[in-house]
Amino acid sequence: MYDLEFIVGHLHYWLFIVLMMTGFYIVVSRGNLVKKIVGLNIFQTSVFMFYISMGKVDGGTAPIFPVDMKIDPATVYSNPVPHVLILTAIVVGVATTALGLALIVRIREDFGTIEEEEILKIKRKITAEENRDHGAGMGGSA
Amino acid sequence: MEAFITYTLFAMLVATALAAVQLNRLFAVVMLSGVFSLLSAVLFVVLDAPDVAFTEAAVGAGISTVLMLGTLALTSRTEKSSSRSSAIPLLVVIVTGIVLVYGTLDMPNFGSANTPANTHIAAQFIEKTPHQIDVPNIVTAILASYRGYDTLGEVVVVFTAGIGVLLLIGRLGRRGERQKQIGRGE
Repeated sequence: MYDLEFIVGHLHYWLFIVLMMTGFYIVVSRGNLVKKIVGLNIFQTSVFMFYISMGKVDGGTAPIFPVDMKIDPATVYSNPVPHVLILTAIVVGVATTALGLALIVRIREDFGTIEEEEILKIKRKITAEENRDHGAGMGGSA
Repeated sequence: MEAFITYTLFAMLVATALAAVQLNRLFAVVMLSGVFSLLSAVLFVVLDAPDVAFTEAAVGAGISTVLMLGTLALTSRTEKSSSRSSAIPLLVVIVTGIVLVYGTLDMPNFGSANTPANTHIAAQFIEKTPHQIDVPNIVTAILASYRGYDTLGEVVVVFTAGIGVLLLIGRLGRRGERQKQIGRGE
């Protein structure tokens, strides 16, 4: 079953998965928030390419008819449905990227940094101070 | 020839992504993200999707990069080197990749015509668009007519994201914060 034809036929999918995982690695291994967004973008674009590759037909052409609409029945067209889905997904992807970047700007205003580790450190300090204050108010040490 | 172009583009895409992993200067990383989007737009043309290629080049490579550069101007330009180990993320990524590759084993070969994805509804769209919609571009016909409500939903999503950005960093959100500060001061 796993002969050369199978491997050549699936190589595209596997290469897209390699690209996806590179983006995923940036997201999980780097602490910088802007870099995380870049990784997310790389992951997202790889998924788009994976989807479009599923609609590709060998010997096919782009799903656009001649302008005079005289359609040759022998012409093979690639699948237009993934194209429509991904057109929508690209625009939605930019909207979510913009929202993520706005969150980063707000985080920078409040914490003065966009490094995940430093944000967590500051957050822990604030929590410890609050615990101490509230603990003293309740008449004991928290 | 087509396969040669595809694999060359793959090599360039992988090189771009790996360079984005390595670099510390965020300006270079953001630019590489734009390069990645442009290369993927070229790949979309090879995969018979010129409409997607246009959108990716304009929106993915253009607007995204501009937004990220704006964020860099408001925050910082370099990434601080992280102290945590990269072994666990690497393990997670490799395991996820193996699971995904296992998932593709049941998929039909790349480019085959009679797959489930290419036969059911897609064949009907290609067959009926000339009579029902009479627009040369099938993608336009589906996007604006057959699935017009989906596109309306997309507009709602973009509108919601716009309101979210305005509330987070626009004047609208700031005003509430200032009132709160004034109230606290009194």
